[in-house]
Amino acid sequence: MTTDTAISPPRNLSPFAGLMRGTAGPVILVVAVIFAIWYLAAVLLNTPFQEGIYERAGQTDVPISQLITDTLAQERPVLPAPHQVVEEIYKTTVLKKITSKRSLIFHTGITLSSTMLGFVIGTVLGILLAIGIVHSRVLDKSLMPWVISSQTIPILAIAPMIIVVLNAVGISGLLPKAMISTYLSFFPVTVGMVKGLRSPEIIHLDLMHTYSASRAQTFWKLRFPYAVPYLFTSMKIGIAASLVGAIVGELPTGAVAGLGARLLAGSYYGQTVQIWSALIMAALLAGSLVGIVGMIEKLTLKRMGMAR
Amino acid sequence: MTAAPAKPARKSRFDMPAILAWGIVVLVVIGLFSPVFKPDISVMEVPRLAIAASILAIAGVRYELGFMRNWFGDLALGVITAIAATFLLGTIAHHAGEAGLGYWALVAATWASAWLFVERLASWKSATPLFNRLINLAIPALFGITILVLWQAVVTGFAIPKVLLPAPSEIWLRLTSSGSILWADFRQTFMKAVLFGYAAGCASGFLIAILVDRIPFLRRGLLPIGNLVSALPIVGVAPIMVMWFGFDWPSKAAVVIIMTFFPMLVNTVSGLAASDAMQRDLMRTYAAGYWQTLFKLRLPMAMPFIFNALKINSTLALIGAIVAEFFGTPIVGMGFRISTEVGRMNVDMVWAEIAVAALAGSVFYGVVALIERAVTFWHPSIRG
Amino acid sequence: MNQAATAAADASAKPVIDIEKLSLTFQTNDGPVHALSEIELKIEEGDFVSFIGPSGCGKTTLLRVIADLEQPTAGSISVNGLTPHEARLKRAYGYVFQAAALYPWRTIAGNIALPLEIMGLSKAEQQQRIARNMELVNLAGFEKKFPWQLSGGMQQRASIARALSVEPDLLLMDEPFGALDEIVRDHLNEQLLQLWAKTNKTVVFVTHSIPEAVFLSTKIVVLCPRPGRIYDVIESDLPRDRTLDVRETPEFLKIAHRVREGLRAGHSYDD
Repeated sequence: MTTDTAISPPRNLSPFAGLMRGTAGPVILVVAVIFAIWYLAAVLLNTPFQEGIYERAGQTDVPISQLITDTLAQERPVLPAPHQVVEEIYKTTVLKKITSKRSLIFHTGITLSSTMLGFVIGTVLGILLAIGIVHSRVLDKSLMPWVISSQTIPILAIAPMIIVVLNAVGISGLLPKAMISTYLSFFPVTVGMVKGLRSPEIIHLDLMHTYSASRAQTFWKLRFPYAVPYLFTSMKIGIAASLVGAIVGELPTGAVAGLGARLLAGSYYGQTVQIWSALIMAALLAGSLVGIVGMIEKLTLKRMGMAR
Repeated sequence: MTAAPAKPARKSRFDMPAILAWGIVVLVVIGLFSPVFKPDISVMEVPRLAIAASILAIAGVRYELGFMRNWFGDLALGVITAIAATFLLGTIAHHAGEAGLGYWALVAATWASAWLFVERLASWKSATPLFNRLINLAIPALFGITILVLWQAVVTGFAIPKVLLPAPSEIWLRLTSSGSILWADFRQTFMKAVLFGYAAGCASGFLIAILVDRIPFLRRGLLPIGNLVSALPIVGVAPIMVMWFGFDWPSKAAVVIIMTFFPMLVNTVSGLAASDAMQRDLMRTYAAGYWQTLFKLRLPMAMPFIFNALKINSTLALIGAIVAEFFGTPIVGMGFRISTEVGRMNVDMVWAEIAVAALAGSVFYGVVALIERAVTFWHPSIRG
Repeated sequence: MNQAATAAADASAKPVIDIEKLSLTFQTNDGPVHALSEIELKIEEGDFVSFIGPSGCGKTTLLRVIADLEQPTAGSISVNGLTPHEARLKRAYGYVFQAAALYPWRTIAGNIALPLEIMGLSKAEQQQRIARNMELVNLAGFEKKFPWQLSGGMQQRASIARALSVEPDLLLMDEPFGALDEIVRDHLNEQLLQLWAKTNKTVVFVTHSIPEAVFLSTKIVVLCPRPGRIYDVIESDLPRDRTLDVRETPEFLKIAHRVREGLRAGHSYDD
């Protein structure tokens, strides 16, 4: 009935009220609050160490403002302040040459390449497996339970072993890390695609049957278009998992290169600012990768006339 | 009527069992005329392999000729496959690394016959649901056993170094002989870090979700951030947590809490929004209060979503705890054991640890899924 | 007791629902939509009133205004002499939706108990009311079943029992049988009439089926869209206890004809 027509809210009382009604306003405010808490926590967590310095230096009654600036400028703080992290990221991205081992962009690039390689292989593999499962009853009954239960297995735990073992037989570099990424991204794609390829309603399948369409025709004209939205949803999960795989895969290689190596090196030497900058970089990378897949999804679905 | 002939035509194109049966026969013939073991041992010199080859050949020919295509024949096929597999594994143990073309042909024939058996099992139909469920359990189990047998045969047949990939038998030996170490690691990682972190992370995610739902402003501000964070590589906070909370299990539990918090938050909030307008109107006509609506309508409605998060988190928790241990631990724990034994090239110990982790993960997931079945029995996906 | 008696006396003097110059305008992104305009209507105790009209005429919206699920933008409305809001808080009416809207995790008995739990009635009282109302809609014996184990018609009967269990004097029904097939619908219509005769409640019933409206009602309100308004009010002179055979009589056909004329006239300039 007519009752579900969108009811617009009464006229705004102030521009501020309008801002708070959408998503942008609240998100900005929440982010601001997070930053405020971050600064506060940085001061509180770094105070004991700073007080130790003062004590050793024999300084007493340091003014509180001095204490705050000092806690936010430590070299190895328990919790670095946001501006320290930003500064570190700026120093290691803009001010360093990309080829330099100290450039964060260099490390991000290493992680990105194994993420992408693993993701592409994983997605192709996942799609092929899903096609097999949908079309073969034996594969469905024998393989599908394993695909599902494999998600309950902490497969990431194998990551260091795969790297070390493959290194031992002379395979090193991109491929071992990409294999872990492949492994992690391939399950969501398989499960999502199987679901998607099975999502056409019986009535549509019956329609294809009345046309006496072949399996291939049914696949390309019905099942595949139906599965595309599912594919993109699982690709978003897959690419995020792929990045996690690449980062974890970099942990045991003796901290050579990549964001994971930066994390490990930072934790060895207590370089908290370095850890945080690698972490923020990884987060940015994950956000943009998922965002790019999301944009491709939007464009594709729009072209297919499925956009919601 | 034109469509009628098309059907059998398509059937014959995809007649997998027939292809498999032919494959068995061809492979056995290859096995008979090529050396099974180096330097030049033929099938006839190894009685057990001769038996395996002949029963496989009988099974293939029998199926091709159409004898006993009934449940008894299928069972016979299963028994033949099992015997052949046992003999194949039994003989290769004495000839590690010496397998020849004939041996691999017989392995492939056994594989084909296992596939044929599964093919036959999948087509079994029965009136009783219990029997169908047993079949649905047996097929993946057989698939798993087939993989293990192939793994064992390939590793011993090619004499693959233990460092690269240990045989299942070696992993099993490790599992049984190092029980106490594995148990101590399991207690440290799973029973302390994982369980505590999982419970605390899920509970806090749930409570914050209720709070967020009560305050629309927070929902609009926090939810997009929560969605974003769910996609981030949160395991990366592990080194920070280890620095803050020390080497022992609390730092791992902290990683688990952070990892499980966001999926729970996001899922619960969307679950609380899952009730439709009519159901909320119904509660309104009863003049029900916020808490009454929450407990009687919205929480039950949100249960499938909440259990979804609980299931996702059961996997994430184990991963988080193990990976966090790569950044520093006392000398016990599953992640610690994996990283140190990898360094010492004790790969069989690593695999044993992974087997324990896999078992723990599956059981954990299974328990959550069982509770889900009991709680959301009414949901269409469960009532079937 | 005394108070209740005077309240009852009041109710008989005053109409159960009194609507004056009521309008409701939705602000949408495409400009205002006049869902209801200048509605004038009185519903007396014991009436069976049907709202009929094409989609978009505001019949459901009017029912939702009575139930305090929508707020009017102008005019006044009273339910039992109270505002709809006060009436809702006093649980003065039972509401039956287009779909049964039963909770799948509750048994049929549990679903009927839902409003009673919210009202805070004792367990014994709840049990009594469940038994009585399930009997009333001929569902006795299905207490332990879950909604999804029942047919659509039975689910809708359970939802009527749920509305009745509040024991209101007023029953608001929004196309309750719209999703059911005609044979089931006929059967439920007959049962609803018997129920109405037994309990002597006031019923407001939204439908888009002419035979259903004529068969059930003592008063038929024909609405037309853009803006949603009352086009005609028809007092039915059919006897109060009717059977399905009444649909073959000339009186029935005469009223049905008038309803159809009304619907056609209200609709004519629209397409």
